[in-house]
Amino acid sequence: MPLSLAARNVSHRFGNVVALDDVSVDVPAGRAVALVGESGSGKTTLLRCFNRLVEPLRGEVSVGDRNVRTQPAVLLRRGIGYVQQHGGLLPHWRVLRNVALVPILREMPDPTDAARQALELVGLPASDFGNRFPHELSGGQRQRVALARSIAAQPGVILLDEPFGALDAISRADLQESFDAMRHDLAVTTLLVTHDLAEAGRLADEVVVMRAGRVEQHGTMRTLISAPATEYVARLIERARAGLEALRL
Amino acid sequence: MRRNIRALSFMSLVTVAAVGAQSVPQRENRSVVVASKPFGESYLLCEMFAQVLESRGLSVERRPGLGATEIAFGALRTGAIDVYPEYTGTGLIAILHDSLSDSVLADPRAVFAHVAKRFADEYRVLWLPPLGFQNTYAIAVTQATAGKYHLHTLSDLARESPHLTAGFTADFIGRSDGLVGLSRVYGLHPRAVRPLAPAVKYQALASGAVDVIDGYSTDGLLARYDLVTLVDDRHFFPPYEAAALVTEKLETQMPAAVSALTLLSGRLDENTMRRLNRRVEVDGEDVRVVARDELTTLGLIGGGRAASAVERQGHSGFGRYLWDRRLDLAAMTLRHLLLVGLALLAAVFVAVPLGLFLERTRRLAEPIIGSLGVLQTIPSIALLAFMIPLLGVGVTPALVALWLYALYPIARGTYTGVRDADPDAVGAAEALGTTPVQRLLWVRLPLAAPVIMAGIRTAAVITVGAATLAAFIGAGGLGEPIVAGLALADTRMILSGALPAAALALAVDGVLALVERMVAPAHRRERIWQRRGSQALADDALRTPAV
Repeated sequence: MPLSLAARNVSHRFGNVVALDDVSVDVPAGRAVALVGESGSGKTTLLRCFNRLVEPLRGEVSVGDRNVRTQPAVLLRRGIGYVQQHGGLLPHWRVLRNVALVPILREMPDPTDAARQALELVGLPASDFGNRFPHELSGGQRQRVALARSIAAQPGVILLDEPFGALDAISRADLQESFDAMRHDLAVTTLLVTHDLAEAGRLADEVVVMRAGRVEQHGTMRTLISAPATEYVARLIERARAGLEALRL
Repeated sequence: MRRNIRALSFMSLVTVAAVGAQSVPQRENRSVVVASKPFGESYLLCEMFAQVLESRGLSVERRPGLGATEIAFGALRTGAIDVYPEYTGTGLIAILHDSLSDSVLADPRAVFAHVAKRFADEYRVLWLPPLGFQNTYAIAVTQATAGKYHLHTLSDLARESPHLTAGFTADFIGRSDGLVGLSRVYGLHPRAVRPLAPAVKYQALASGAVDVIDGYSTDGLLARYDLVTLVDDRHFFPPYEAAALVTEKLETQMPAAVSALTLLSGRLDENTMRRLNRRVEVDGEDVRVVARDELTTLGLIGGGRAASAVERQGHSGFGRYLWDRRLDLAAMTLRHLLLVGLALLAAVFVAVPLGLFLERTRRLAEPIIGSLGVLQTIPSIALLAFMIPLLGVGVTPALVALWLYALYPIARGTYTGVRDADPDAVGAAEALGTTPVQRLLWVRLPLAAPVIMAGIRTAAVITVGAATLAAFIGAGGLGEPIVAGLALADTRMILSGALPAAALALAVDGVLALVERMVAPAHRRERIWQRRGSQALADDALRTPAV
């Protein structure tokens, strides 16, 4: 069952560096929101607040209308899917076991079966791929396995931190396509961090543009394009458009 | 040197079980522990003590070749050994740090009385009546050197010393009745001083590598090389009367042992000792045979059995030599392996958790691992000597010293391996809800295993080497023939310990290399048993241990 996400007036700093400055973001259950911004904008820090990898100094973070601090971090995380840029598969575990990790942690009755189904969903049948080690796969296949691992226990939320950032353009487009289809099938709440506005527009229902720890604008891609709230947002869109124009020649 | 096999193999097991047995109250019918310092004459006297005691029905444990004066006397004071041969001059200067007027020094009896009284008062250690000979330092040069520089006395030597290179035993260099005192009294300042093992200094002198050495007046080799002994014209050296040094405890607990040892008093003169030393050091005869022959001649023991083939054989082939000693060598190898194995196991049990702990508290890591590294720079023999006041001699201090040496590579390997284990994998495992213990057991340790094993392998090879030095404090093992061979100038004996030790280092490294392959993370192991059916595959996914 999809869960809503909410951050209210969240602030955080690392030493003297302000990472988040009074940020509030809502993701309704079942929706997909993309956090967009350059490095240091605070988008990854905000994402990591939801599974308590970052404990913000001020403000309230909740998952499924429940403050994350009221539950043990380990249990909270087992209910949230997570994919990072470099997969983070356990290199000494075969694919099937990697994907079965969260079902095993949650002591589900048949972790292997859950893992098989998840692999099927990302287009890597367990019969072909389950017995391989991660290093025997291509970069795109590895990210698919990471994606399968994040959904194998059927979480209500998945957090994606630049999940396609390290892939070549074709694998990237393929994977975006599979992910989009999968997300709608599973009706899972999604929070996606990316620096690529086009990716955000393609995968997310709404986009949050962040800069220097603050939210510049939160809205649909259509709103961002038609009515950019700040000069920064306007420039960001101009840039992305210029990139596409270049291809048209 | 050939030892009681039964005692050896038992000792390797018993001493292991009874670590710290030295502090247990002694029984009346225990063995008398007879020791020596690491040079030929000391070995011979030790063996004579042992045989006299055995002939009187007492059981004996031999601990020959203990480091040097500090180690042997330290062992006696702490009661780890009961008796060893010592010299009054050494007792006076090297142990008591005492000085006496020239008139007293001229009278060996007066020196003996003085030293014996102070030892009894201060250390509760007794000098038995002297054995009957003196073995003073004999500062020796070749005939050629003596002729070239007109050397007859130590004063002559001091005058020419800026042109000469000295080869002295380490003991002599540091002692106030050695080079330190000679420099003070005679102004002796050689161009260079090379520390030499007793066994090689005569060869070094004969080959011209050094110009002057410190010999002993009863050395068997002194005559062989036709050397000139320089006259102590300022009477610097005190008398060095040889005697058995025993603990007061031995006298109260086992008076029979002390009476037996006293039988040797006054029975050995200088000519006799020179002859006996020559048989051991020059002719390469077995110490046990030489001791038994002399004790039989003196009427102190019965005729005894005929010498065995092993003891009689002179310089036959090296292969034959090893074969004849195969049981001894096997026992020593086993004992060596036990020393290494126990020290290594204990080090793994401490250093691996330490490395894991330090990985969690990074700030402490470098200072603590750094100080373990400093331990590596302490020479093994010095570390072993430190152990004696705390732990006596024998297996316990050797194990502790070897354990200390093994800590650093293992702690370093564990810390580095776990710290650097695939950060992406560790991070993802954390984000998906593993507990710290699960991350350690499922991710970090398996990925760090090769680095940890490399540390353990390094520690193992270091320990095999360092364990040969443990013989200096009576822990036995393959160092025993090395130490004895050095003392007796017997190359074959040295090799009979050194070659098996080298082979053991290679074997241990090889075995651990196999273990390293076995503990390698699954994806790096060879793909021999990788093709499996789907059921095995499903089992595999579930095999994750519950944590």
